[in-house]
Amino acid sequence: MHPVADTWVYLSASPLLWLALTLVAYLLAFTLYRRSGFNPLVNPVAIAIVLLVAVLLATHTSYQTYFDGAQFVHFLLGPATVALAVPLIEQWEKLRANWFALSVALVVGVLVASGSAVLIAHALGASPRTLASLAPKSVTTPVAMGISEKIGGLASLTAVAVVITGIVGSALARYVLNAMRIPDHAIRGFALGLAAHGQGVARAFVVSEEMGAFAGLAMGLTALASALLLPWFARWLLALL
Amino acid sequence: MLEALTLLLVFQLVGETVTFAFGLPIPGPVIGLAALLATLALRPALLVRIKPTSTALLSHLSLLFVPAGVGVMAHFARLEDEGFAIVVAIVCSTLLAIVATAATAALLMKRRAPGR
Repeated sequence: MHPVADTWVYLSASPLLWLALTLVAYLLAFTLYRRSGFNPLVNPVAIAIVLLVAVLLATHTSYQTYFDGAQFVHFLLGPATVALAVPLIEQWEKLRANWFALSVALVVGVLVASGSAVLIAHALGASPRTLASLAPKSVTTPVAMGISEKIGGLASLTAVAVVITGIVGSALARYVLNAMRIPDHAIRGFALGLAAHGQGVARAFVVSEEMGAFAGLAMGLTALASALLLPWFARWLLALL
Repeated sequence: MLEALTLLLVFQLVGETVTFAFGLPIPGPVIGLAALLATLALRPALLVRIKPTSTALLSHLSLLFVPAGVGVMAHFARLEDEGFAIVVAIVCSTLLAIVATAATAALLMKRRAPGR
């Protein structure tokens, strides 16, 4: 039999351990979320991240080692994005009836999300590199990282900013939209998916199918519009500052 | 399930191929989404065959953001200097984006359908 230390050295270097722990941490966090009656403030992503970072720091494990295992989960973001076509086609009629309002809201939302993040961070003294990393923070991870690299940001910092954005958006959207007195699930979902990408979509599906579909639509369109608009818009804005 | 998963991966692959070959700024999975949407519009029978798998994948969408989020530990030094600016900027801009998007959509949709 191997001593405990050797067994740990063997396991901690294999992708299996960190993949399994990612799922365990998420399931624990999700159980808390469910027990809270799906309270948006009990965010499962935030809880899972805190648990995993604590384990990694306590065991002196690098993020690179962790990601070698967790990349299998990360990879599924691609097929999950493709899968959004399913809820979208199911809401096609409502989508077609409102295409003009949603298109205008899309462009306004994308520019406000990016522009206000850059301006506020600049006012608080953030460096140009950080500003460029924050510009695509409302866009879904793989797209945001690509945009960030194009405009001189740090892709890995952008990934973190995207996840924090998702946590904030899915935790607080309900309160903002209630205060605005907007009951329509289509509009609520669209705003949530635009501002908080996939995490907003996940939150929206907890509330209703319709809200989830419009959040998914907004996430897809935000990725599309941001990929086209943000490289120009963010460069222009950063040059002004 | 295997059939549906294969289909999703093939559409993503088509998207990545198109993006790379034509040097498009749009990410591969988004092109894949558009292609699958077009296919579903042309062949509605396909929907029931991929729905269970896509629903399963989407029902735990938040899990997929955990690995990227753990990356926060690689940025502790930067967060010590700029963490306040970063967090305030993210919280405020996310709320502003929700308000701006919802207000614009509500205003334009109300004009079209005054009865609602």
